[in-house]
This record gives sequence, structure tokens and C-alpha cells, in this order.
Amino acid sequence: MKAIKALLCVLFLFIASVSFADPLEPFKNLEGTIDIAGGTAHIPVMTQAAKDIMTFNPKIRITVAGGGSGVGVKQVGEGLAAIGNTGRPLKESEIEKYGLKSWPFAIDGVALAVHPDNPVKALTTEQVRDIYSGKVRNWKELGGIDGTIDLYGREDGSGTRETFTDKLFGKGELSPEVNTVNSNGAMKTAIAQDKRAIGYVGIGHLDSSISGVAIDGHVPSQANAASGEYPVVRNLYMNTKGEPTGLTAAFIGYIYSEPGAKIIEKSGYIPIPRAE
Amino acid sequence: MNAGKSPLFLKALALSVSGILGTVTAFIIVSGIEAVIGGQGFSFFSSVWNPNAGHFGILPMIHASVLLAVSSLCVGWLLSLGCCCVMNGLAPKYIADAMMMILTVMTAMPTVVYGFAAVFLLVPVIREAFGGSGFCWLSAGMILALQSVPTMTLVMDASVRSLSSQTRITAETLGMTPAQHLCRVVLPSSSKALLSSAILGLGRCAGDALLPVMLAGNAVRFASSPLDSMRTLTAHISLVLSSDIGGGEHLSLLLSGALLLAFCGTVSIISGSIIRRRKHEA
Repeated sequence: MKAIKALLCVLFLFIASVSFADPLEPFKNLEGTIDIAGGTAHIPVMTQAAKDIMTFNPKIRITVAGGGSGVGVKQVGEGLAAIGNTGRPLKESEIEKYGLKSWPFAIDGVALAVHPDNPVKALTTEQVRDIYSGKVRNWKELGGIDGTIDLYGREDGSGTRETFTDKLFGKGELSPEVNTVNSNGAMKTAIAQDKRAIGYVGIGHLDSSISGVAIDGHVPSQANAASGEYPVVRNLYMNTKGEPTGLTAAFIGYIYSEPGAKIIEKSGYIPIPRAE
Repeated sequence: MNAGKSPLFLKALALSVSGILGTVTAFIIVSGIEAVIGGQGFSFFSSVWNPNAGHFGILPMIHASVLLAVSSLCVGWLLSLGCCCVMNGLAPKYIADAMMMILTVMTAMPTVVYGFAAVFLLVPVIREAFGGSGFCWLSAGMILALQSVPTMTLVMDASVRSLSSQTRITAETLGMTPAQHLCRVVLPSSSKALLSSAILGLGRCAGDALLPVMLAGNAVRFASSPLDSMRTLTAHISLVLSSDIGGGEHLSLLLSGALLLAFCGTVSIISGSIIRRRKHEA
């Protein structure tokens, strides 16, 4: 009886080790360094994956830096980073110039947000355009409390800004009065402090300090972004110069694995399966 | 030790450092000129910034940089002069000592600390008191002035202190009060230090990028009231740096850098010649 129990234990451990360690298995005999740079939205996913891999095999070093989508393209294109992250699809010119290959791995929605005390919790696309082009300047005109609307936006080249303009604002001219902040965190701080503020953040950054605004009746949430119900969404991409090899290929494989998807969900995004 | 007898390695060191500095300066200036010649010509000096439509005008940024630097320098320099006077005879010694200690600590404080504190303490106050978003010329100017005070005060203080100790006994013998001594004797003869502290302060006020990014609001427009949001050249460089490389945006950054360098360089050359002329006269 004891022998059978022991045998079962060994068998269980064997199965467990095979099934759990599988996604990290490719890293077993690898060593070296890879540098990752680019989109700020990607950072939580990349650092968690890097931590898992470096814990499994301390001979591997993975560095993760931000800088934005533009920096991601430049660094990977010029060989300064193995993976360059972008929050937008690559431009034709970028693919041609550097010979880049894109790996979409997550969906991120962009949500309009206001101060939690602001009674305005829903807007139409038309109203959003009027607000950001400077036509509507007072919350009273939108059914809110009397007061000037303080506009907040992101810097040129921000993936979040691009999703906002492409999917929501359209081709119009942005008001020159839009205050510019340079990260999702800074945006949250600005909105959370300013009762007359309106701004936009990645859906994963919505929390109780700011309050999301429904667009044409579609409430911004992870679930709605995944189902396609919420319209202001973008994909997050990893980009490599040509076909990845060795450590870089293994890293991309890990992002697409089961634990990779868990990390993506935990960071507030929706995983995309690897394209065949 | 005079310059002619300094050891060879010191000379080599000095030469290589000035070589490196010269190269960097030349690079920035040349790329700025290249941006104008090779790029969109003088359209960079238009007032429209809209990269999507191909407009890369940086005139609003130049306007904002000059306004912010000059206004914060004026406030900061006057504050520094005040601090310097307080530390040299206008206040009891324990106050002067305490002030010196605070200023020394302040020089070591990273700019981001000022910026971060101001986002939570100053910006909401200005928003509630005057309206607007609170991210504006006024907020950025106040904090820039504050952060430039320690450096300027310490430069002034070094000169004022030594002059004042040299002349104090004579002044007291003549029956001057400490205030009279300071205003009539010490300050007029330390005009050189007062001027060079202003140059140093201007460099800090015009060259700081972090505080304008965090506090000035960064809207691209000509600010006309202290409550308007503005984007300085430095803030512009750090905001656009995180985006695309190549094309008009990139060239506009090189030009911004060259302009900043030219601005600070011109000011320091002019003031240098003023100081030299004063010396001749004296």
C-alpha cells in the first residue's frame, strides 16, 4: 500500500512538474540578456513575465524600459532593444525602414474619465468631439455643475492618445487649450484632483479615484472591451527585427502561453492568442 | 600655481573637456541649422503645432520659454537678494544660520520633489482660488523661482559675506547701521556677483524641463494670462522625445535645443562682457 502511495506521489509530482513548468521549459538551457523598450502600457506585463523567467533561470537577464511607442520602434529598429513595444500597429514606413515583425498580444481599451464627484457619467461621441474641440466649454451645457471644463490629453506619439483620436475624436482640430500630461499615472492624478477635469486613460487604469464615462451608452470596462461592445479599443504589440530567435523567441512564446495570458489579465488587458 | 606651470595631465584634461563640450555645442548648433535648411525652412517659426497636418511651428514654445524664464527669474532673483540681505546683517545670527541651513538643504533637493509637492499642494490652491485647471504659468513660475533661489542666494552670499567682513569695522566706525552698510557699501560693490547669480538663475529657469512639464499644463498656445496653460521649449523636447523619430517633429526638437543653447549662450556672453567692462572701469 505504502509503495503504491509513494508511486502515486511520484507520478503526481512528475505530471505536475511537466504540466506546470512547461511554459518556462524553453528557458532552461538559455542564458544572456534581452532589452525591452517602448509603450508604457506594456510595462506591467513585461516586467512580470521577466520576473518569472529570471526566477526560473537566473542566468537570463531581461530589462524593461518605457519611452512610448515611438521609442519602441526606434530602439528595436536600430538594434538597441530585442523587443520594441507599441500601442499601435506599425506604420508602413517603419516596417519598410527597419524590417520589423509585429506580435499583437493584448487588447487595451481607452476610457474617458472625470472626477468621481462629477454628475456627468455618459456622453455621446458628438459631445466628446465638441468638448475636445473647444465648442462646449462649460459642464452646465452637458447637464453638470456650472464650471469651465478643464481638458487633459496626452502628448503627441502616445498610444493612448492615438486610440482616443482614431476611435473617438476623429479628424477634427483639438482645442489648443488641452493640457498635456505624459503618462496614465499623471493623467489619473490630474483628474482625481480636479473636479472640472475630463481626460482619458487606458481602461486598465480606471479605479475608484476617477470615474469612467460611458460613450453612446457603452460603459468602459474590461469585459465590454473584450466583447467588442465598447468601441474605443486598441491592440498592444511586441515588435521584433525580423523573425525572433533564441531568448527573444522564447520570451514571446511565454507571453502567448497560459501564464502569460494570466499576467495580461492581471495587468488590466485582454489577452490575444498567437496568430497562426 | 599659474597656468603656464600646470602639469601636463591637467592641461590635457582641460583640453579634452573643452573639446568634448565644444563638440556637443557644435553638434547641437549644426543640427539646429540643418533642421531649418534641410527641413521645412522657416515654417518652424510659425505658430501652429499640428504634427498630423505637417505643421511644426514652435513659436508658442519660444514665447512660453521666454515668459516663464524671465518672470521666474525676476521673482527668484528678488527673493534671493532678500535672503542674502537677511543673512548678512538684517536679521539676528540664529535666523541667518537657520536660513543658511535651509538653503543648503534646498540646493540638494531634486527638482522632481518640488514638482510633485506642487502638484498636490500648490496646483489645487491656485485652481480653487483663481479658476482654470491650476496647471499654468503662475504655478510653474512660482516653483521655478523657488528652486532657483538657493543657488542664486549662495552665489550672492559668498561675495557679500567677504565684502561685508572686510568693510564692517570701517562702516561701524563711521556710524553706519548694518542696513546702511549693506545697502550703501556692500551691495553696490558686489554688483558683479549679483549679475552672475542672475545669469546662473536664468540658466536654471530657462533650462529646467521637469517643472514646466509637471506644472505648466503644456498646452500649445500663446499664454496671455498667468493662469493660462503653456508649453516651454524644454517641456516640448521632453514630451515629443517619447514619440516618433525622424521627420518634422524630430527636427523641431533639434531646433528647440539649438535655440535654448543660443539663448543661454548669448545671455552669458553679454553679461560676461558687462562684467569685464565694469572691472576695467573699477
